[in-house]
Amino acid sequence: MTGKEYRTITDVKGPLVFLNKTEPVAFGEIVSLRLSNGTIKNGQVLDTSDDLVIVQVFEGTAKIDRESGVTFMGDVFKLPVSTDLIGRILDGAGRPRDGGPDIVAEESSDIIGAAINPYSRRSPHDFIQTGISAIDCCTSLVRGQKLPIFSASGLPHNDIALQIARQAKLTASDEEFIVVFCAMGITAEEYNFFRADLERTGALESAVLFVNLADDPAVERIITPRLALTAAEYLAFEKDYHVLVIYTDMTNYCDALRQIGAAREEVPGRRGYPGYMYTDLAMLYERAGLVKGKKGSITQFPILTMPGDDITHPIPDLSGYITEGQIVISRELHQAGIYPPINVLPSLSRLMGSCIGEKTTREDHKSVSDQMYAAYAQGRELRGLVAIVGEDALNERDKQLLEFSGVFEDKFLRQSRYEDRSIGETLDLCWTLMAGIDTKYLVRLDQKWIDKYHPDNRE
Amino acid sequence: MKNEGLIYRISGPVVTAIDMKAAMYDVVRVGTEGLMGEVIELHGDKAVIQVYEDTSGIRPGEVVVNTGETLSVSLGPGLLTQIYDGIQRPLPTLEKEMGVFLTRGVDADAFDLEKIWTFEPQVSVGDTVVGGQVVGHVQETDTIVHKIMVVPGKGGVVKSIESGDFNVTQTICTFEDGSEMQMMQEWPVRTPRPYQQKYPPVIPLVTGMRILDFLFPLAKGGAAGIPGPFGSGKTVTQQSLAKYSDAQLVVYIGCGERGNEMTEVLDEFPHLIDPNTGKPLMERTVMIANTSNMPVAAREASVYTGITIAEYYRDMGYDVALMADSTSRWAEAMREISSRLEEMPGEEGYPAYLSTRIAEFYERAGRVETLNGEDGSITVIGAVSPPGGDISEPVSQGTLRIVKVFWGLDAGLARQRHFPAINWLNSYSLYPQSLDQWFRDNIAPDFPEIRVELSGLLQIESELQEIVQLVGSDALPVDQQLTLEVARMIREYFLQQNGFHDVDAYCDINLQYKMAKAILAFQESAKSAMASGAQLGDVVNVPSRSDLMRGRLNKGYIDTIDDMVKTMLDEIAATVEEN
Repeated sequence: MTGKEYRTITDVKGPLVFLNKTEPVAFGEIVSLRLSNGTIKNGQVLDTSDDLVIVQVFEGTAKIDRESGVTFMGDVFKLPVSTDLIGRILDGAGRPRDGGPDIVAEESSDIIGAAINPYSRRSPHDFIQTGISAIDCCTSLVRGQKLPIFSASGLPHNDIALQIARQAKLTASDEEFIVVFCAMGITAEEYNFFRADLERTGALESAVLFVNLADDPAVERIITPRLALTAAEYLAFEKDYHVLVIYTDMTNYCDALRQIGAAREEVPGRRGYPGYMYTDLAMLYERAGLVKGKKGSITQFPILTMPGDDITHPIPDLSGYITEGQIVISRELHQAGIYPPINVLPSLSRLMGSCIGEKTTREDHKSVSDQMYAAYAQGRELRGLVAIVGEDALNERDKQLLEFSGVFEDKFLRQSRYEDRSIGETLDLCWTLMAGIDTKYLVRLDQKWIDKYHPDNRE
Repeated sequence: MKNEGLIYRISGPVVTAIDMKAAMYDVVRVGTEGLMGEVIELHGDKAVIQVYEDTSGIRPGEVVVNTGETLSVSLGPGLLTQIYDGIQRPLPTLEKEMGVFLTRGVDADAFDLEKIWTFEPQVSVGDTVVGGQVVGHVQETDTIVHKIMVVPGKGGVVKSIESGDFNVTQTICTFEDGSEMQMMQEWPVRTPRPYQQKYPPVIPLVTGMRILDFLFPLAKGGAAGIPGPFGSGKTVTQQSLAKYSDAQLVVYIGCGERGNEMTEVLDEFPHLIDPNTGKPLMERTVMIANTSNMPVAAREASVYTGITIAEYYRDMGYDVALMADSTSRWAEAMREISSRLEEMPGEEGYPAYLSTRIAEFYERAGRVETLNGEDGSITVIGAVSPPGGDISEPVSQGTLRIVKVFWGLDAGLARQRHFPAINWLNSYSLYPQSLDQWFRDNIAPDFPEIRVELSGLLQIESELQEIVQLVGSDALPVDQQLTLEVARMIREYFLQQNGFHDVDAYCDINLQYKMAKAILAFQESAKSAMASGAQLGDVVNVPSRSDLMRGRLNKGYIDTIDDMVKTMLDEIAATVEEN
């Protein structure tokens, strides 16, 4: 099928090229376009029929005219994969960006990726210690989980992602992670920041980077995360690596998706995003996990910036419905000078229950985490009340809870970018802070843990 | 026109075929790989097909074959304990055929066609049997007797029938007119199975969750909607219902949800014991898992596959509970297909027929007299995932118009780790009236009154809270402070329930009643102690009250609670003398 070049372009619209009178072209087939000035562009078939083929062009449609030649490559988009990928930096379409040679393929994998049979998954249960108290105690991360960071412009989500990448380790074994980093439409400055940090810690040598920057073609962003995940799947399920995939920024990805939807004149869903965005995002996020018979794993850390800090915006909203929880960064805490400014109240790890407890972290973890949450939530609520009636109007219990909410932020949340707290240290810290509240108000703590861990009973 | 045509166009999961004889909802095989699809629109000589598998790499000009059948499920012994995808292919079989990743073009029988079952006839030669009538029994699992029924619309005079060991495709019964029947039958998923009449729902589905059973009860044969934003506990609630409700059979549909969550269910259920029968939960469960990244058209079909299986067991006279998590993903699948068809959209891009489809689906719930005169029911519990948690959107509204029970999940409560995060102020159940007699007869004569008292106290609390927000709780008179304390006890002791705790996750309905009474006993004795001069602070802080509250996490609480309440009342009475 390859080889025949068509010059039958009828329309060019946004990122799309329409052409007619072709041989049967497969849905999803890769397309090469040769411009009259000799430039080669790549694309993919979005719609195919006897009369009309619609091609989405990754590099933008600038300079494409009706004379441009179109060749169908006879295959769907594949990424050449091999362990040579490790240590390499590739562009958003999978071509070397680091001046190195092309990847010599051990095999080629379809980048769309097949769904994992739910029956063939293994339940994630290995606790990952990130060294960040807020995450380890309240939204514990599990190997094989997909846990996004919901952030917004101007917040230190990149620092947090890097700190996690630096410090993430298993408490149960010494197996290490390799990082697959996928940049979608971020600035060169942000990219350099990531790269410099990975380089400094030596992680770059065991990382794979896929980079589509803000000035790279927007439509290319549709395939960048698929390339990254294809590489991750190969490394995890063929080569037994434990892979940590960080991708940033999902908001740019979704905007690219919207751009294509608009060009196709599709009926839009909320805020102009396509109605199939849930399914589309699921096809990325669900490529995390562990499967039977394979040693490796894929853990995902997508970063997205919430437009206008709005958690109900379609991008965080649909993501939250697919991912196994979320870590929410708060502007309020950031402005109060607290790092990491993680608001634990809307944050959540759905898989936490499977990875904490006596065998993996500590027997009192669940109980402590519930109590910390509840006390902090109540304390925060009281702040509003105090603003109206003053602190004197509070009863003893409320005074203690109010004070606790301050200590929680100052002592528990706050830590430095290079401070790596073990889970034991984190839980001990929790007990020290909770000792400021009378035990009779700590109704979520099992009595046996109070007897064992409460500072009053330990000394 | 013939039964074979050619592909004209491919756009995602929607394929158009030409030159093919087709009727609406015919099942077709698309392309050289024979992908399964369903005709959903006809345009002159073009048939529009939704395809249940990924269409990448398919080309115009490939062949399409019309099977002439409609999308059907296979029904017969062997369904229980299975886990299917949206079009009833068993996932374990797919794993054997394709490995851990789902590829395409593989067919799989819904259950083992070779497995031998022991068939016990219930009718004799010469009997006249009609559609729906039971001709024999098969012990499908330890707890469930599978009743072999004549396909609705068929029947005749029995010519031969024998007990013995058969597989599901062997003939077990022949009729005078020459027709035969096997244990396995097919039924089109989009057609509700017939029954004689619907009964009013008068028996509660006891779930073991206090807030549901006590405040917002659901009837067997009823329908409930659980809308809530992400992270508010829809899935946990659904799973608790699947584990602990007193339905005899559970059909659990994971529709467009997370893969790891389905794995959790799959890992957990075989080890869990049904508190009502003492047998493994899996033995009463059929699971359908079409996760969010599996083909969208199969997601659309999954709820129909599930409810048809539920109807089949209902027809045997069982009480079936069906959980659909989440119906929003099902609606989105309809939206996606509809937009590929370039249909004129209704609200928020959803097709105009959305609310009709939702209503039709929930209407398949109900308590019925089956064709064979048994009493069977399907209770449907649908999770809804409204964008941003705002239930003014079309799927929530379409659901609320039809269901009689609304369990509204609340992000604020979830944030305070108040689980189940069901908002007691805006949730409702329209069933108490029809169920009250059952509660009076089976639990306690004053059960409905206790319910009213508890919900009344919660209402008063919400009004008082508004004042507290302005002036602080110390500014309230002591009797109102006591009311707040009682309401707090209702929330923390009664409404909160830890779905992951080995004891607290399931609460016997009789124990629920005792706990509710304990709260009211506290209120009454505190009131009278305070009337005799006791201090509020002393009354609420009697140590036995926190013992009572923590006690619910211990095994055997139902036996100790009465004594604990008595100790508490004594201690409260003693606070009067201290003064």
